Amino acid sequence: MKTETSLTEKQLKKIACGIRKNIIKMLTESKSGHSGGSLSAVDILTSLYFYKMNYKPAEPNWPERDRFVLSKGHAAPALYAVLAEAGYFPTEELKTLRKFGTRLQGHPDRRKLPGIEASTGSLGQGISIACGIALCGKHIDKKNYRVYALLGDGENQEGEVWEAAMSAAHYKLDNLCAVLDYNGLQIDGFVKDVMNIDPITDKWRAFGWNVIEADGHNIKELIKALDDAEQIKGKPSIIIAKTIKGKGISFMEGKVKYHGLAPTYEECEKGLCELEEYEKKISEEA
Amino acid sequence: MEAIATREACGLTLAKLGRVNKNIIVLDADLSESTKSIIFAREFPERFFNYGVAEQNMTASAVGIASCGKVVFINTFAIFATGRTWDQIRNGVTAGGFNVKIVGSHGGLSVGPDGLSHQCIEDVSLMRAIPEMVVIVPSDRIETEKVIEKAAEYYGPVYIRTSRAKSPNVNNEDYKFEIGKGNILQDGSDVTIIACGVMVEPALNAAKALIEKKIHARVINMACIKPIDKDMIIRAAKETGAIVTVEDHTVIGGLGSAVAEVLGEEYPVPLKRIGVLDRFGESGEPNELFKKNGMTAENIAEEAKKIILRKNR
Repeated sequence: MKTETSLTEKQLKKIACGIRKNIIKMLTESKSGHSGGSLSAVDILTSLYFYKMNYKPAEPNWPERDRFVLSKGHAAPALYAVLAEAGYFPTEELKTLRKFGTRLQGHPDRRKLPGIEASTGSLGQGISIACGIALCGKHIDKKNYRVYALLGDGENQEGEVWEAAMSAAHYKLDNLCAVLDYNGLQIDGFVKDVMNIDPITDKWRAFGWNVIEADGHNIKELIKALDDAEQIKGKPSIIIAKTIKGKGISFMEGKVKYHGLAPTYEECEKGLCELEEYEKKISEEA
Repeated sequence: MEAIATREACGLTLAKLGRVNKNIIVLDADLSESTKSIIFAREFPERFFNYGVAEQNMTASAVGIASCGKVVFINTFAIFATGRTWDQIRNGVTAGGFNVKIVGSHGGLSVGPDGLSHQCIEDVSLMRAIPEMVVIVPSDRIETEKVIEKAAEYYGPVYIRTSRAKSPNVNNEDYKFEIGKGNILQDGSDVTIIACGVMVEPALNAAKALIEKKIHARVINMACIKPIDKDMIIRAAKETGAIVTVEDHTVIGGLGSAVAEVLGEEYPVPLKRIGVLDRFGESGEPNELFKKNGMTAENIAEEAKKIILRKNR
């Protein structure tokens, strides 16, 4: 959360690493869920929640809050880990992911968990919902909050995404910033093989959006992109963030099978070791 | 006041509500002239948003607007309002518990010449299947006004079906609409005719014709199809022993099905569902289409007579 003194890049990297650890742990515990697309989104979510966005975990419905909509609802584990880290609920609760009676449903359920703006999971809808919030903020309530939405790359195959893109440009929603988690993989294989979405930057630009390209695992680039997006007036922005599915866990990186697969206990141990190594490396950095 | 179409009554009521409730936001998908949402748009352009021919985005955007505390009314033809956007309504509006009202105009065969692509005969079934969705089919100007007012007052998702054709007034001006309640328009003890929307008028005409044959039909206007007035249906079954349902909609999943579910579980009596059978509509004037599909006042009276013979058989 944006504070008087912003967190350093190193602190943000550490937070991202901790979130990855929690994602692996919760998925192992639940024995199901989407590993790859949760891990690819971590640095984007970290930059949003611990650098860019204004919100109050103790007052989830604070009217002035910046809004975030997880349009790629299957990355719920990443969002839950981030919300726990931000203080919306105890980290301990992450263990309940996908279990009977949990507030941490398989896909985000706004009626169960504070901090969730919209129930998502059916792809394409989240970006439209974000457009609606942005329209209300800009044209009806005339408030200053900003609206963020995280899209999957395969999600760009949904026609609704382009209906939303058209409407956001039409209504000049410059308080809206989408981020595309472009990890190049979807359930059935490489996005380019299943249904190519490229040239994706040209498409968004042609729909009237300000397009920013960034390395989706480079915190510095991401926070600059988020800041730059805020400066653009008269049109919505999208950050095309190049990411790696399964990022942070070597044996999951770039592997299709981890789209909807949870790690085993052995894989979890191995993954946590890797993340701890990485954490040490960050600490040793100047 | 002369008879107007329920779609027009909806537009007029939205404008009326807009004057007192600044939280009412109206959306349309390039059909505001036809749905009559334009009546609101002319008066409150700053609270009306046209989404173009993009119903899915309009519906999910309504979720976003509603999440900011607004009462959002979506308007388009029933076929697009419920068919093209079912997933957005199911996962976005209803599962999210948002205060969005979906008004599907041009419901049923009464759309007429536009033909089957625009004659939505499945909207009530589609909406009724979604958990927590309230489904209402008003029958005339008086009722539409009260339904729209009630929908705005009620927190949560509501589907309201209006019609293209003019509907003569069948309700009294002082009629009070309640969600979950039916309304007995005419009492009788020989048979009950339960109708909704544009079929209430032919149901009343059928009852009139039956009186000449010394048959006293009870006529219920069941505008609220979900939640349905179980008590009123059970009472009708007990007191009249036979029921005919009439709807400008497929008999699969609509009013007839809702009544059949109650009767089947609570108090089985002979039942005849009048409506569109398992087939599509076609171009033609509404009266021609109703005649072909066995949905006229004469057909209703005929079926009522037949079902009385099935009592105690």
